[in-house]
Amino acid sequence: MPEYETHRYDVIVIGAGGAGLRAAIEARARGLRTALVCKSLLGKAHTVMAEGGVAAAMGNVYSEDNWQVHFRDTMRGGKYLNNWRMAQLHAQEAPDRVYELESWGALFDRTKDGRILQRDFGGHRYARLAHVGDRTGLELIRTLQQRAVHMDIDVFMECKVLRLLTDGDGAVSGAIGYWRPTGDMVVFESKATVLATGSIGRSYTYTSNSWESTGDGHAMAMWAGADVIEMECVQFHPTGMVWPLSVRGLLVTEGVRGDGGALKNSEDRRFMFDYIPEMFRAETADTEEEADAWYEDHINYRRTPDLLPRDEVARAINSEVKAGRGSPHGGVYLDIASRRSPEYIRRRLPSMYHQFMELAGVDITSEPMEVGPTCHYMMGGVRVDADTEASTVPGLFAAGEVAGGMHGANRLGGNSLSDLLVFGRRAGIGASDYAEGRSGEPSVSPAEIEEVVADALSPFGRDGGENPYDIHQDLQSCMQALVGIIRTGSELEQALEKLEELKERTGKVSVSGGRAYNPGWNLATDLPSMLTVSTAIAQGALHRKESRGGHTRDDYPGPDPELGKVNFVQRQNAQRGYAAPVQITPEPLPQMPAELQALLEEGH
Amino acid sequence: MTTEPAALASEPETATAPVADTTDSTVTLQVWRGDPDGGAFAEYSLPANEGEVVLDVVHRLQAGPAPDLACRWNCKAGKCGSCSAEINGRPRLMCMTRVDELPPGPITVAPMRTFPIIRDLVTDVSFNFAMAKLVPAFSPPPPPAEGYRMQQIDVERGQEFRKCIECFMCQDVCHVIRDHEENKPAYAGPRFFIRIAELEMHPLDTNDRRDLVRQQMGLGMCNITKCCTEVCPEHIKITDNAIIPMKERVVDADFDPVGWLGRKILRRSKTSPTETAAISAYPGPSPSAPAG
Repeated sequence: MPEYETHRYDVIVIGAGGAGLRAAIEARARGLRTALVCKSLLGKAHTVMAEGGVAAAMGNVYSEDNWQVHFRDTMRGGKYLNNWRMAQLHAQEAPDRVYELESWGALFDRTKDGRILQRDFGGHRYARLAHVGDRTGLELIRTLQQRAVHMDIDVFMECKVLRLLTDGDGAVSGAIGYWRPTGDMVVFESKATVLATGSIGRSYTYTSNSWESTGDGHAMAMWAGADVIEMECVQFHPTGMVWPLSVRGLLVTEGVRGDGGALKNSEDRRFMFDYIPEMFRAETADTEEEADAWYEDHINYRRTPDLLPRDEVARAINSEVKAGRGSPHGGVYLDIASRRSPEYIRRRLPSMYHQFMELAGVDITSEPMEVGPTCHYMMGGVRVDADTEASTVPGLFAAGEVAGGMHGANRLGGNSLSDLLVFGRRAGIGASDYAEGRSGEPSVSPAEIEEVVADALSPFGRDGGENPYDIHQDLQSCMQALVGIIRTGSELEQALEKLEELKERTGKVSVSGGRAYNPGWNLATDLPSMLTVSTAIAQGALHRKESRGGHTRDDYPGPDPELGKVNFVQRQNAQRGYAAPVQITPEPLPQMPAELQALLEEGH
Repeated sequence: MTTEPAALASEPETATAPVADTTDSTVTLQVWRGDPDGGAFAEYSLPANEGEVVLDVVHRLQAGPAPDLACRWNCKAGKCGSCSAEINGRPRLMCMTRVDELPPGPITVAPMRTFPIIRDLVTDVSFNFAMAKLVPAFSPPPPPAEGYRMQQIDVERGQEFRKCIECFMCQDVCHVIRDHEENKPAYAGPRFFIRIAELEMHPLDTNDRRDLVRQQMGLGMCNITKCCTEVCPEHIKITDNAIIPMKERVVDADFDPVGWLGRKILRRSKTSPTETAAISAYPGPSPSAPAG
């Protein structure tokens, strides 16, 4: 029998970014025994990197704003693939969640009359993002972290969860993982489990995501039998750094454009005017004069095309570079230096200023930045009930980036931080209700535990096997080249074959050294998640034979109205695990009520 | 705790890159490797890449000659404060330190000295999480119907301190605890002095943490050498804008008879209930146990 410690809780939350923290706070406020389990130290999760702000229709800058407009913007940005009920709840509840943060100590930037200031972002009709300079994510995570600390939530830091555990009836009853500092195994028994594990970006070479974003939650949910949806919808943020190579992919906030920055090609042309899609033509400026006037007056002028939704901008940049009008290092120019004063830039975008100065030797107050698309966000994820965040498996809940549906085929900037707060709270409530209603203590199977432990430790038992770093690099190259921003059927089939090879190699991984804080072994235990998620992305992309939002097919360049009515649902049936097949079926989207449908059809 | 293989014992080892060095540009890292039982610097040389930071080189070592080299990192953008280390003897973020800006010759990379070693470059920073629990929460009055109002100029004072990314390099460099383990139970360190200052300067806060910061957090032991300010990657003026004003407030509270009378007459107590609870509940940090 393997050795492990066991902890018993009412609710465990896996992941301590914004959604996980908010869920744990809610469960603890109900008086439930609550644990927060995270791969890194508390306060280091990827939420910390969010820059621009949190979208909430508070109407502090434009009193015309309200939840209905926010709902409409979100659905249009998502190309109508969103779960309408999630988009509605999100738009309605985001303002309360922001004010709640303020009462917990967050210090947002202010309007002249002392209210929370809001900034412009892509796809939002009005200035809507509450922010703190360009470090809003840090403010959000620190506020929630400090709140959680004062509520005496048990935090298991640097603890990697390997697998969810189920009882005899298939209900999720806990999880098993290991302490990274020691490599010792740890078992959690819980009445309800919330996944808040964030993104999948580490499967790509160029990504804005940290090492933690290996899709553990997406994969573990599938291995427990849960449905995932829209896995083909991956967001490539239009503006990542492109040089030096070592920081390629690092995020450049959309706030640069929100605060006046413009995209230009090597011919100094503001090329976004050439890429205004029909869907957004009526509400987008078609001259530079109008676009520039819009920054001061949103009522009488139309928005700049530099702030079209991210999928549109990323594709436009891709096309400019392909046409030979890119910058020296394979991006395009983002210019705020010639458009705003140095003082303004340093005050509004302090981290961007330092990031470029220190890492690229570029002074953004006097020269343009070089930027290009970078893998940034996963729209797809665990299929949840909009009101409770319950997955299709009893006892399992999901919130934040690991959950699917809220953002449809493309997420608007700023809608992620609000998503974390709104659905983190709702998942905390949903999980608490479930835990309180669950009879008896949850049971886990020692045989299942034994199997997971043996699997996890197997790389130590092999000699001269595959190197986990090599497999990871090959996986990233495969996804970057074959399942990237522009996709095509034959390449996706090639990717799926390649992924099968990588799965075989993963079965032969060997690592050296001991179990204590061993990054080679840690990576070996992340590979199964990345492979499962990558398979689902490639398979979803192969089946969605159209272009919609973050999913672009070279061989099917337009949207297909019929496919716009379905989710591609993926799940594992009898066989589970990274080596087992994943089934995919189209299922109709939830039906939107007529009064919400009418909101979408309103003109500008 | 697993013990490390013999290769990591006293003598530095030399590992060469798998790729032949065809350029004349090489980067050499001397990385401290070891565990709580001891360790030594190991030397590695790799071909240099343009624009690299120290963390990039560490990652290339992990993917090559040193697959089990332990180091913390997350964002690789100077925003999360995970990859703190002592580079050429100075606390810095590995992700924001460009190799080409360091003087030529080998670069030494060592773990932060103030905290117990877990392995290689990773230290046990749980002291800081224990201290964080001591700070009484933000406590605003109930919001008025139209919401709180605060002026930008007033929130900016606290915003400076809230830029803190918790890299703990100010704690690492603070000489009160750097080589004085015995001071840790009674000294919170610069990171928590700015946390207290931030709350004390918050326009809406109603708690009073002056006794706590003086009696339990050892503010008086700081003799304002400004080492913390010098290493702060966020350029927070820790000493000038937080510690010195806090010291003045604490002193004022003790030696200002008018203020003393005011507190006696008015309802607000000098020690809030949360603060009293925090002071009496404090068991002292336990730096060796994993959090949780």
